[in-house]
Amino acid sequence: MDIPYTTKPRPDTGLYNAKVGIWLFLASEIMLFGALFSSYILLRVGADPKLVWPALAAWPSHSDGLLNVPMGAINTLVLIVSSVTVVMAWASLKMKNFNKFFMYQGITVACAILFCGIKSAEYAAKFSHYHLVLKDGTAFTGHLEPKQYFMTDRKLRQAKVEEITFLKDPQKGHAEASAEHGSGDEAHASHEPEKIKMSDIKRLTFWGPQQSTYFAIYFTMTGLHALHVVGGALVIGYLWLPGSRMWKTNPERFTNRVEVCGLFWHFVDLVWIFLFPVLYLL
Amino acid sequence: MAHQAAHSHEAHEAHHHEELGFWRKYIFSTDHKIIGIQYGLTALVFMLLGFFLMLAMRWQIAYPGKAVPIVGAFFQTVFGTDLAQGGIISPDLYNSFGAMHGTIMVFLAVVPLAFGAFGNYVTPLQIGAPDMAFPRLNMASYWIFLLSGLIMFASFFTPAGAAKSGWTSYSPLASVNDLNHQWNGQTFWLIGMVFNITASLLGAVNFITTIIQLRAKGMTWMRLPFFTWAQFVTAFLLLLAFPPLEAASVLQLMDNFFHTSFFLPSGLVVSGNPLDVSGGGSPLLWQHLFWFLGHPEVYVLILPAIGIVTEIVANNTRKPIWGYRSMVYAVLGIGFLSFIVWAHHMYLTGMGTKISTFFQTTTMMISIPSVIILTCLFISLWGGSIRFNVPMHFALAFMVMFGIGGLTGLPLGFNASDIQLHDTYYIIAHFHYVVAPGTIFGLFAGIYHWYPKMTGRQMNVFWGKTHFWLSFIFMNAIFAPMFLQGLAGMHRRMSDGGATYAAANPVNQGFPDALSEGIIKLNEHISWAAVCLAIAQIPFILNLVISMRKGEKITSDNPWDATTLEWATPTPPPHGNFAVVPTVVRGPYEYSVPGAKTDFTPQNAPLSPERESKKSHA
Repeated sequence: MDIPYTTKPRPDTGLYNAKVGIWLFLASEIMLFGALFSSYILLRVGADPKLVWPALAAWPSHSDGLLNVPMGAINTLVLIVSSVTVVMAWASLKMKNFNKFFMYQGITVACAILFCGIKSAEYAAKFSHYHLVLKDGTAFTGHLEPKQYFMTDRKLRQAKVEEITFLKDPQKGHAEASAEHGSGDEAHASHEPEKIKMSDIKRLTFWGPQQSTYFAIYFTMTGLHALHVVGGALVIGYLWLPGSRMWKTNPERFTNRVEVCGLFWHFVDLVWIFLFPVLYLL
Repeated sequence: MAHQAAHSHEAHEAHHHEELGFWRKYIFSTDHKIIGIQYGLTALVFMLLGFFLMLAMRWQIAYPGKAVPIVGAFFQTVFGTDLAQGGIISPDLYNSFGAMHGTIMVFLAVVPLAFGAFGNYVTPLQIGAPDMAFPRLNMASYWIFLLSGLIMFASFFTPAGAAKSGWTSYSPLASVNDLNHQWNGQTFWLIGMVFNITASLLGAVNFITTIIQLRAKGMTWMRLPFFTWAQFVTAFLLLLAFPPLEAASVLQLMDNFFHTSFFLPSGLVVSGNPLDVSGGGSPLLWQHLFWFLGHPEVYVLILPAIGIVTEIVANNTRKPIWGYRSMVYAVLGIGFLSFIVWAHHMYLTGMGTKISTFFQTTTMMISIPSVIILTCLFISLWGGSIRFNVPMHFALAFMVMFGIGGLTGLPLGFNASDIQLHDTYYIIAHFHYVVAPGTIFGLFAGIYHWYPKMTGRQMNVFWGKTHFWLSFIFMNAIFAPMFLQGLAGMHRRMSDGGATYAAANPVNQGFPDALSEGIIKLNEHISWAAVCLAIAQIPFILNLVISMRKGEKITSDNPWDATTLEWATPTPPPHGNFAVVPTVVRGPYEYSVPGAKTDFTPQNAPLSPERESKKSHA
């Protein structure tokens, strides 16, 4: 039994089955990410102005510098390049040039890996960056000495730690305010690690999803996007190496497969094109 | 002759040379018909289990604080003494039964039966396709669905029991009601939902692609049987409405696992302790995301049943469907409008009167296409020589019951009257009239109607009618009194059926919103009607099983003298479906065509010579 139009397009729709399928799948993906972007908007406009984490706004913006914009920009570029090569790979197959396909799709896979690498580095930097609120209401961002990941005050208390060593970030806003009052030295004076007693600490937490709703939506959306990148890269990688045997037996079907996963890859790229400005720049 | 026999023998061999083993043929099958039957049987089992949960709840409502008869000891063993001390259903257990009854019935029983089973079995046959467009995806869909069901049922065995925040799982309640266990019932619920949504997503992509791409030659859009149209729109609803709930499930999982505050507002205090989270989330966000799925879901439940009933009405009135085109446009209209009515479930959340007014307007608008469809079906009966067989009994009952369900929904759509009726038994009665004697009767009708095609045998007519009349009587005995209870102000989530509330606010002391003795007494009547309804299903179950081997054999591939393509296949249809690839030459419901030899003219029957010549001249 053969199912019609698996490879050849149906005359009245002009599409083969998998192409209809992937477009429908992408429609549902748009609803998935659309729901998350809508959640982002609702949470941001509903952010409680009274709930200000000292040293961090209720809803941080670009000027708070929480995210690494240059890294995000490089990643945007990486994905755009991969989106170009994925089309070139498909076009090469259409021109019956398998070697060029192999080269272009190799670049796509490399870009995917590079993207994940940069993203992991960004994540790792967040997981070792801390937000510290003292009982007297003052608050800082900074790092623990020696470097530690995923630490919270609850864990430290369970481990019966009595004192931490904290390296504060240079405080932009604070420095400017102080400069106006003519005592700029004070802001830079604290650029040495300090010892802080646990009994003075109200909340110490790494910049993970639990830190604030902003980081929560940041990690959820970029995490889900990263899963899509990994999934797409696995499929593209499969068609690049073992799956490419099909080029010898059924070149047309193989070309279609490359086209379909290319469509998915463009979508993944497009989501990032929205994510980057929304999370990093606004 | 001998030569011919040898030839056909050879052809036979060639045809069967890719004969599959038992496992590939019946278990890990990629054949849409086997997958449809797998979906159907699994969904029927889940439906029965969901029904048993409800029976246990009904016992607790009618006789609060008394041990459940027969299964009480079993409950204590399974759920432990915390939840079922001495076989008495505790309020916590009642809540988890309530939440799971809704979840199971909607996501594991009715949708899989209506969409997964009937859609899978009938749709490719009706459009003249050899199978679904993506058979392996279809198989994956079933297995992921089964996994989601098993995860849901496994949650009963977690330490504090299954999810107990209603089938809607409103946050923050859902996130904070069991803070001691991270792998609690709610977590299982969310993971189960993610799998369930994935399964229906794969199904939806497959259905739409199949209907767009694999229609037989001549099967134009306006020649599609209405059932296929209904499945087409349903698939779009599943495709586009489910992902937001998947997003919501992911966000709530983040709340439970990574201590985020997507749905947890600032300053939340649980059992006297401030919750150690960042806060700043929005409980309303969950409700928006949930009901964005939740409302289209209602139409996912009802549209396939309307499709089934339309097929059966056309077939048994021996008349074309009146207003086929209007029905198609109406079903498309419902599909579109169902995406913009969701917040009528949220009038009481204080989201603002302007938004309420918008959603009230769209809600009233969506009743128009629903009424068009129902009206077309009623007018189709007019002047027909109706065959009162078993499927037609269920189909006719569906039309009336769905009508009652739909009309009683109007007061809920107005936000002024909804304030009185919200979360009372009135709404339980309303949506059960739509889904239980509505959709489920439609599904029963479909089972009796297509059973001969699936098995080659008829189900027993006497027991079918017995099943119908008993179910019809007891369904109404259950749900009609609930309207009264709801109007009297009985809240839907009271685990003792309102006994405590009534005792605290006796009517004779002048509390206008109190529950009278008569209203409380109805609980017992309803519960016994539910037991009778359970007994009424026994003839159906036995009929379904026994008829597979003992039922009367059908002598024709088209026992109902129907016109649509599924009856043009061999019985039961083999892998690949059609012996000859059909060519469609006419619309789906050409019954009693003047001048035709029989009172039905199948879609693929060749045109008569004179019409052929007329066509060639034109």
